[in-house]
Amino acid sequence: MSWLTILGDYTFQNVVMGAAFLGIISGALGSFAVLRGQSLLGDAISHAALPGVCLGFIVAGSRNMGSIIIGAAITGGLAALLMLALTRMSRLKTDAALGSCLSIFFAIGVVLLTYIQGTENASQGGLDAFLFGQAAATLRSDVWIMGGITFVALAILAALWKQAKLVTFDAEFARTLGMPVTLIEVLLTTMITLAVVVGLQMVGVVLMAAMIVAPAVAARQWSRHLGGMVMIAALVGVISGISGATLSTLGRGLATGPLIILSASAIVLVSLAIAPGRGILWEVLRLARQRWSLQKRQILYVLYQTRLEQDESERSPWLSRSALTAFALYRLKRQGLLTSFRNAAALGKSARQWRLTPSGVRQAQQITATFNIPQHG
Amino acid sequence: MDTNAAVKVKHLTVSYHNKPVLWDVNVDIPAGVMAGIVGPNGAGKSTLIKSLLGLVPPLSGSVSFHGQTYKAQRKRIGYVPQRSSVDWDFPTTVLDVVMMGLYGRLGWIKRPGRKERHESLEALDMVGMHDFAGRQISQLSGGQQQRVFLARALVQQADIYFLDEPMAGVDATTERAIIDILCRLRDAGKTLIVVHHDLQTVQSYFDWLLMLNVQVIGAGPVNEIFTGENLKRAYGGQIALLNEDNVLNTNNAPAFTALERAE
Repeated sequence: MSWLTILGDYTFQNVVMGAAFLGIISGALGSFAVLRGQSLLGDAISHAALPGVCLGFIVAGSRNMGSIIIGAAITGGLAALLMLALTRMSRLKTDAALGSCLSIFFAIGVVLLTYIQGTENASQGGLDAFLFGQAAATLRSDVWIMGGITFVALAILAALWKQAKLVTFDAEFARTLGMPVTLIEVLLTTMITLAVVVGLQMVGVVLMAAMIVAPAVAARQWSRHLGGMVMIAALVGVISGISGATLSTLGRGLATGPLIILSASAIVLVSLAIAPGRGILWEVLRLARQRWSLQKRQILYVLYQTRLEQDESERSPWLSRSALTAFALYRLKRQGLLTSFRNAAALGKSARQWRLTPSGVRQAQQITATFNIPQHG
Repeated sequence: MDTNAAVKVKHLTVSYHNKPVLWDVNVDIPAGVMAGIVGPNGAGKSTLIKSLLGLVPPLSGSVSFHGQTYKAQRKRIGYVPQRSSVDWDFPTTVLDVVMMGLYGRLGWIKRPGRKERHESLEALDMVGMHDFAGRQISQLSGGQQQRVFLARALVQQADIYFLDEPMAGVDATTERAIIDILCRLRDAGKTLIVVHHDLQTVQSYFDWLLMLNVQVIGAGPVNEIFTGENLKRAYGGQIALLNEDNVLNTNNAPAFTALERAE
């Protein structure tokens, strides 16, 4: 199959468009979930959507996307509200409330799923695909539904941008300004539910949580503003959606949903590693630079003090003999701050001695002055 | 008389489960004072502010601001929460946080524009943070964070300001700068209500004091309230009076030096 025939393929077009919509909505709303410390809310909602999927199927009598989406949104939203109520009104911590909601709703979902499979309804085929997603089954009408939900959610987010931002950053302050904080929080949770519902067909209930969290986590690494973060998250979502869909065409039996998640995870790993300012690599480099700067000052200082005391017999006894120090000494020599010579008479044949050059002395004087330590002699 | 009280609290009781955090608090804070609220840990200082602002529901009692309800006066009330109450790794800039103080005025749909930017930059100038306007908030020191929060309250142009431990964990320069700004606001006729934890500076900072330990220990001009006897009643064994002679030899003499042992 050449690239042109793949691009012209009707199913492929559906999958790519669906994946793009999924990426946009889950990236944008996932940013708010992650910043509010509710990364796992998406996990609870998506697992809790399974009984809704089954109920939607039972009510409609067939695999009707509309009724399945409504069912999923209802039970997913119910689980989210139950979770909030449990944390507010009982002594349960958030993680415990989340865990119990997730497993109870998912268990009900699995029971309903096996019940439907037992009824031998001819049109039940592919309902279990909602567990891990089945992108290839996406119809053009499904794509329009996903697009419509995405559009509505983004419109609400754009209209209430500053409220969503302030409630996420400082809910108490928002309340003192007279903002309806609870309403905004419920609205944000509802929209995260919508994002989950959009992804059920493609990614499935089990992996959907990653689609909420991963683009947002990656985007946080690259952006300094909430607006930038939301846009980058949406972009990361789209890229992982499309690359997952494309990768799955490379071979037989490659599932689209998990490939989308793996693409998103790859972007997360790269972002965590190399993002400027926040990446691990950046942090390692900064630590190394700080250590080098401190070590340089320490060596120059010690040699300068030894020199001031005019203690020729003890040229560099206070420097540690570790490999790190040796490396630092050679580096300083290359910078022209030190010279080395061998003094076989004093310390045996292998002892290399170090001495400050004139420019090394000048630097050492500056260091001594900034430390404000009284000089000897 | 009572009519010019900026904040009037009557029989306010707040409880957490079945434990009272505040018990029958009755206080009139006059307008135009710099009022301190002091008391030991767990005395309900922050809870008092939060229940006055409607953030914590009271069990009973009523509160009025210049004789009106909180809802009617909301636009005249500014709030500086504890610095630790937000996530400073949130992706936003200093200027953006300050502009949040104007969101209440902007209504539902309107976005902050040129005018709001200008006002926010002026407020940042007042707290000496003008050059940090474009800085990420995650890069600020504790003192700088506190100044940003103060600037956010300043743009609210309120008449009554509530500040929750604005001096906690900030450097000496920032503490001085904050006190200077608060004094200027007071001199302009505003009322400032400050939760404070450092007893050594109470007398130099405030002109009115509420000493609290679940119940009101004393409320009034600082010289009348900041006495050894009141401190002992509020803090019990937690307090060490450094200069006992100074405190005990005259009636109602202020305790010049006091140290909070527990903290």
